[in-house]
This record gives sequence, structure tokens and C-alpha cells, in this order.
Amino acid sequence: MSNSQAATPQYEYGVVKQFAVMTVIWGIVGMAVGVFIAAQLAFPALNFDLPWLTYSRLRPLHTNAVIFAFGGCALMATSFYVVQRTNQTTLFAPALAKFVFWGWQLVILLAAVTLPLGISTAKEYAELEWPIDILIAVVWVAYAVVFFGTIAKRTTSHIYVANWFYGAFIITVALLHIVNSLAIPVTLTKSYSVYAGAMDAMVQWWYGHNAVGFFLTAGFLGMMYYFVPKQAGRPVYSYRLSIVHFWALISVYMWAGPHHLHYTALPDWAQSIGMVFSLVLLAPSWGGMINGIMTLSGAWEKLRDDPVIRFLIVALSFYGMSTFEGPMMSIKTVNALSHYTDWTIGHVHSGALGWVAMISIGSIYALIPWLYGKKEMYNVGLVNTHFWLATIGTVLYIASMWVSGISQGLMWRAVNDDGTLTYTFVEALKATYPYYIVRMIGGLVFLSGMFLMAYNVFKTMSNPATSGNTAAQPA
Amino acid sequence: MDINTWRGIATVLAFVAFIGVCWWTFSARRKKGFDDAANLPFADDANHENTLKKHEKGHGD
Repeated sequence: MSNSQAATPQYEYGVVKQFAVMTVIWGIVGMAVGVFIAAQLAFPALNFDLPWLTYSRLRPLHTNAVIFAFGGCALMATSFYVVQRTNQTTLFAPALAKFVFWGWQLVILLAAVTLPLGISTAKEYAELEWPIDILIAVVWVAYAVVFFGTIAKRTTSHIYVANWFYGAFIITVALLHIVNSLAIPVTLTKSYSVYAGAMDAMVQWWYGHNAVGFFLTAGFLGMMYYFVPKQAGRPVYSYRLSIVHFWALISVYMWAGPHHLHYTALPDWAQSIGMVFSLVLLAPSWGGMINGIMTLSGAWEKLRDDPVIRFLIVALSFYGMSTFEGPMMSIKTVNALSHYTDWTIGHVHSGALGWVAMISIGSIYALIPWLYGKKEMYNVGLVNTHFWLATIGTVLYIASMWVSGISQGLMWRAVNDDGTLTYTFVEALKATYPYYIVRMIGGLVFLSGMFLMAYNVFKTMSNPATSGNTAAQPA
Repeated sequence: MDINTWRGIATVLAFVAFIGVCWWTFSARRKKGFDDAANLPFADDANHENTLKKHEKGHGD
């Protein structure tokens, strides 16, 4: 292995570090906005009668910030890292990668300015207006060029499975974003979708559910397929299972969107297709979960010793739980109870906090020491504290929303013998009040862990000790 | 032909494709290749160390 200086490629870590740091910062911003709007639901006076602070404007700011800023930066950081390491080659077009970073930050800043001003297309998770949509498309294509360009010049014969998941995420999000955002501009800040009526709803939820399936699932599974084996120090449980569940997952997810439109103007057969494909999705989803968790088979003690592993594995457990809950809620008769209630919000957050955020946090805790040549995080004890804050916060959030949502569903549909409604809407709203406070506390607990993370990441980066010549900090 | 016949054919083709993926993946002669692939996360530590070394030198300024 001597004299390998010239023969071995040197990876491009600069852009990875930038995205990794911004993951933490945007995580704090997005989750803080989330806690604030959760507080508004419990205490409506917190909108201060200012239009920029109303729930309707800040809620899309929260969703965009946590999904596209926090989640997006985590995906870009890890994908640029993983694609280099597993293909054993340096990043293709590093200047373009810098453009991806700054372009993506500009998109986030534009979102943070326009959404509170009320500039919105009103399409869920696609609220940004057309000039920003064009910028997103350009940045995304550049991202794809860098990612696939790196794969194209790989020095390995096989393309590792994590890259397949990242690749599917990148291609599909480009397709979803461009098709769903097709619009006729009227002014610089206002456009109208080219689709109308039930067609618009179907395109929107084809986009919306595949944003869940490819942005929030396939991308983070790519992360899982690198960081779980690497941190556990053993190869993935079944490489063959990873291939089969990859193809099953990406081909089935495409058709599940109509379950967002049960009992609407969407044709009944389309609703049924959405339900059936959602039920089938349980199998490939659990294929990924089992593959990740079973990677620890024979080394379960790591779950006790390493809080980073604990983050990754508990994330997979929440992934398994929410991908069981999702198909169940897509069954029409269950959906008749759950739709439009807080149960949906709880379900989303068991995926968003439990799966997406925890797999990202775990991966960043693994990645930061590797990038800065440290053995582990500056303070492993704080990582453990963060783990418990994140877990308790998530459980408080989803449990309160289950109770609140099922109460709402039962109260809304309760009828007296003469056919009149048993409860007024306000009575159902009053019943949810205590749960809104518990949800806010859960969010606050989860957010507090992110501050520990920011401190720990900063100390790890600035700590001069390197892995080669010093022992790690005691926890 | 009736559109429902095409729908039936499409369903069968999707099922055949799934069986095909399983058959391809689980055929015995691909085992070695997949075992190698599964170890790719552990195969490039020299490159990583090399990158960090270069970075440390760059920090000397």
C-alpha cells in the first residue's frame, strides 16, 4: 500500500462538509418554525395578528424547511460522500457541485422570504412560485449531472446499492417536480397550474406521495445502505434482498398517490388502485427495514454501546412502524375515519421525525468525525442524550396525534338516531386542545436535541485532535 | 382489443418482471459478485486516509 499517493484518488469533501453543516442549521430553523406553529394551534394569539406570522403562511415554510432544506441538505451531503467512496473516484465536475450547494441555499432563502409574504401556488409541498421552481429544476439537473457523472467514471465494476437508491431519488424528484410545477405565469409572483379539477388533484398527489416515496424514502434508504453497514462495521444483511426490494419499491410507489384522495371527485377505480398499491408497498418497505436492522444480527451489543447505531436502528424501527401504518390508513374504510384528522399529521411525523430526521441525524453523527479525521464525535454522551430527546419527542408527538385524530374522526361522524350530528365542530376542536399542547412539548423536546447536535458538531469540527494521534474524548 | 385485456396483460407482465428480477438476483453464480459488492463500503479506506492527509497538509498555512 506504500507509494499509493498518486494512484489513489483524493475525494472532494468540501461540498460534503458544507451540506453537512447546513443540515444541522436548517434542521434547527425548520423544526423551530414547526414548534412555533404547533404553539399557534394551541394558543392562536401567537399569530400576533400579523399576516406574515399566520399559520397558513408559516406551515408551508415549516414543511419546505424540514423536507427540502434539512432533508435535502442531508441527502446531498451524504450522496456526494457515498457516491465518491463506493465508486472509488473523486466527484465529477466539483465546480458544478459548488453551484448545487449555493443554488440550493438560494432556493431555501427565497422560500423563507416568499412564503411568509403569502406568495404561494397553494399546492402542498410544491408551494414555491414559478421563478423559484425553475431555479430548483436547474439546480436539480446540476445535482444529477454531478452524481451520475461520478458514477460514470467509477473505478469499481459494481455500482453499490446505496447509489441505486440515491439515483432513483434524483431522477424521480426531477420528473415529479417538473411535471407537477407546470404552470402558466401571470406575473412574476403568480402562476396557475396547467391542470384543472380532479386532474390537478391527481397530479398533485402523484407528486405528493412520490415526494414521500422518493425524496423521503428512497433517498434516505440510500443513506441507510451506506451508514448502517459502515457504522456497524459489517456488510448489509442481504445484498440480494436490497436489489429485489429496490425494484419492487420504486415500481410500486408510483401508483399509491390516489390514497390521498379517497372519497373525493377522483374516479372510484383510481382510488381503489391507490389503496391496493399502498397495501402492496408494505412488502418492499419492510424488506428495506428488515435488511437494515438485520445487518446488526450477531452484533446486537453495538446497539447498547454506540448511540449513533441506536439512532440508525431506531430510525429503521420508526420506518417499519410508519410503513405499516400508512398502508393501513390507505384502506378506504380506515381512511374514512382517519382522513382530515390529526392522525394523518401523527403518521407523517412518525415518518418525518422517527425515520427521516433520525436516520439523517445518525448519519451526520457518523459522517462529521470521518470528514474531519476524528475517531468519533466530540462528546458521545451528548449524542446519547440527543437520542433520548429525539425518541421521547417523537413518541409524545405521534401518541398525542393518534389520540387527537381518532377522537376527531369518531366525533365528526357520530350521528344521533334522527340523523343529526352528535357533536358540533367546536366540541371536537375543544377535545383536541390538550393533545395540541402535548404535541408542542414533543416538538420542543425534539428541537432541543438539535441544539445539542449543533454544539457537538461545532466542537468536533474545531477540536484540533485527529484520529491518528490521539484517543477520543471520553463521553 | 378491449382495454381491460391490455390491463390484464400489463399486470401479468409486471408479475413476470418481478419473478425475473428475483430469478436474476438469486441465481447461484451471482453470489460471489454480490458478496464483493456488499463489501464496497469497506474497500476504499486508503483513499479516505489519503484525502484526510492531503487536507491536513493544506491546513498548515
